[in-house]
Amino acid sequence: MNETTQIKWPDDGVSRIPYQIYTDPKNYEREQESIFRGPIWSFVGMGQEIENPGDYQTTYIGDTPVIVLRDLDGEVQVIVNRCAHRGNLVCISKEGTTEELTCVYHNWRYDLQGNLQSVAFGKGVGKTGGMPDDFDQSKHGLQRLRTETYAGLIFATFSDTVAPLGEWLGEEMRENIDRVVGRGMVLLGTYSQYMPNNWKLYMENVRDSYHASILHMFQATFRINRLSMKGGIKLSDNGWHHISYSIAETDREEDQYDSKKLRAVKDGYSLADPTLVKGWREFDCGTTLAIQSVYPNFVVQQITNSLALRLCLPKGPEECELLWWVFGTPEDTDEQRDIRIKQSNMIGPGGVISMEDGVVGGWIQRGTRRDQDKTTIVEMGGRDVASSTEGRATEVSIRGFWRGYRDCMGI
Amino acid sequence: MMEGSVNLSGDVRQQIDDLIADYAHAIDDDRLEEWPNFFVEDCSYRIINRENHEKGRLVGVMDCSSRGMLQDRILALREANVYEPHCYRHMQSGTRIRLVEGDIHHVETAFTVVRTMQEGDMSVFCAGKFVDEITFEDGQPKFRQRVVVTDSNRIHTLIVIPI
Ligand code: FES
Ligand SMILES: [Fe+2]
Repeated sequence: MNETTQIKWPDDGVSRIPYQIYTDPKNYEREQESIFRGPIWSFVGMGQEIENPGDYQTTYIGDTPVIVLRDLDGEVQVIVNRCAHRGNLVCISKEGTTEELTCVYHNWRYDLQGNLQSVAFGKGVGKTGGMPDDFDQSKHGLQRLRTETYAGLIFATFSDTVAPLGEWLGEEMRENIDRVVGRGMVLLGTYSQYMPNNWKLYMENVRDSYHASILHMFQATFRINRLSMKGGIKLSDNGWHHISYSIAETDREEDQYDSKKLRAVKDGYSLADPTLVKGWREFDCGTTLAIQSVYPNFVVQQITNSLALRLCLPKGPEECELLWWVFGTPEDTDEQRDIRIKQSNMIGPGGVISMEDGVVGGWIQRGTRRDQDKTTIVEMGGRDVASSTEGRATEVSIRGFWRGYRDCMGI
Repeated sequence: MMEGSVNLSGDVRQQIDDLIADYAHAIDDDRLEEWPNFFVEDCSYRIINRENHEKGRLVGVMDCSSRGMLQDRILALREANVYEPHCYRHMQSGTRIRLVEGDIHHVETAFTVVRTMQEGDMSVFCAGKFVDEITFEDGQPKFRQRVVVTDSNRIHTLIVIPI
């Protein structure tokens, strides 16, 4: 690594973030190596979306195109989507079913584990041309990644040294994944949100519980308050992953969820159709909100009964794409499914509660492009990285993100 | 069976065309408070991408299942949501009436929406088709259902103004 082009961190902590980190193209390149191909597990898709042998989907790890497939033995494989010959994309479609991977350019054929099976005209045509005798097919397969599945979520890594997935997530992170996706998932919808900002600005936003009641005014405007909540922030031991959560303190379902009993305050607006915010007590633990980020760019979301996965893909230094999977469970009644559909109005690029998350990153991008040597301030709730029982007046999970970032990037 | 268009009496056809044009002008002119009135009370409005629509999935980026929810969307946009001012221009073409079932007219219209931001940036924000069920209430055509099927899965930044 070239030290002279490395961004210089302003101090030895994680409470000052240099603006340059959101724009610098060389830093972006380094992230692809040190983070997305570094000691992390990347979420690449849901096992149920490639249910049968031969099913595949294409996606990205960082900005590297990959194929996620189920091979003919039923094993999940994640393979870099790049032909060994001249680098063509092997799979063009977003999804499909196939018995082998054939590159359309010159017809090199690979099996579903990425082994090169045949080279078109490899022996030449009419005794001339063809590959040299010493060309060893077995050495020119597709690049296959280490892959693991947890609770139906497929992860892959370029790293040979990162701990096994379950250990890397840690117990608390696994528990929340079990809780939200462990009952199985029924996909209700998928969509993408393309944002004019560096991917890290979005991931800071996900971990930023400080802004939630300030930037997002929908609930305050319509006086949608749920009483008696407690909440906080859990960080994994190394600080890399986080969960911010709220728990309803009373067991009486009506107190939190019955939209008819929502507190009405004068001067507030009221909803013409309050069924929008109707929900049910889905989890025995009383958790009404849990936003979990799995380092660096994966999110597991529970907002009341709105369940979703999100993956933020970097698309160059100043753009990113957020992929959403909105889901319910196989046990949902029709009524519960309808409630989830209604609540989907709260989230995503058109979410009345959270649409602002799609735009604020772009504003920071524009605000910080000049004066690249300056820094942001991330010291609400202190300068350290540790779990907290205060959810709102702290930026501790953002610091956790930068802890992971500095660990991976070696800066 | 070949998909085709149904021939309707000139009057009905004209009323449906007018509804579709008036709807787009109301949005583009920022008369958003009028938007819910293009629908019957017990209505459905959904913006969903083509992939999900074809797979029979139900969740898109907006889903209103009553006129009240449409009103709430507009009130939220005016009073609560934070975004950079922008406007749309709808270009619509090829309205066809696919089927008439009793009082329900199944109508499809292709559209493009250009988004113009306050500083002047313009982009093709969305292209797709409206899949409508139009009914008549007191002689006036209204949407019972309007599904906005977007060709792209991507929404750039956010979507606050309805399409
Ligand atoms: S690039 Fe794939 S076969 Fe040539
Ligand atoms: Fe937010």
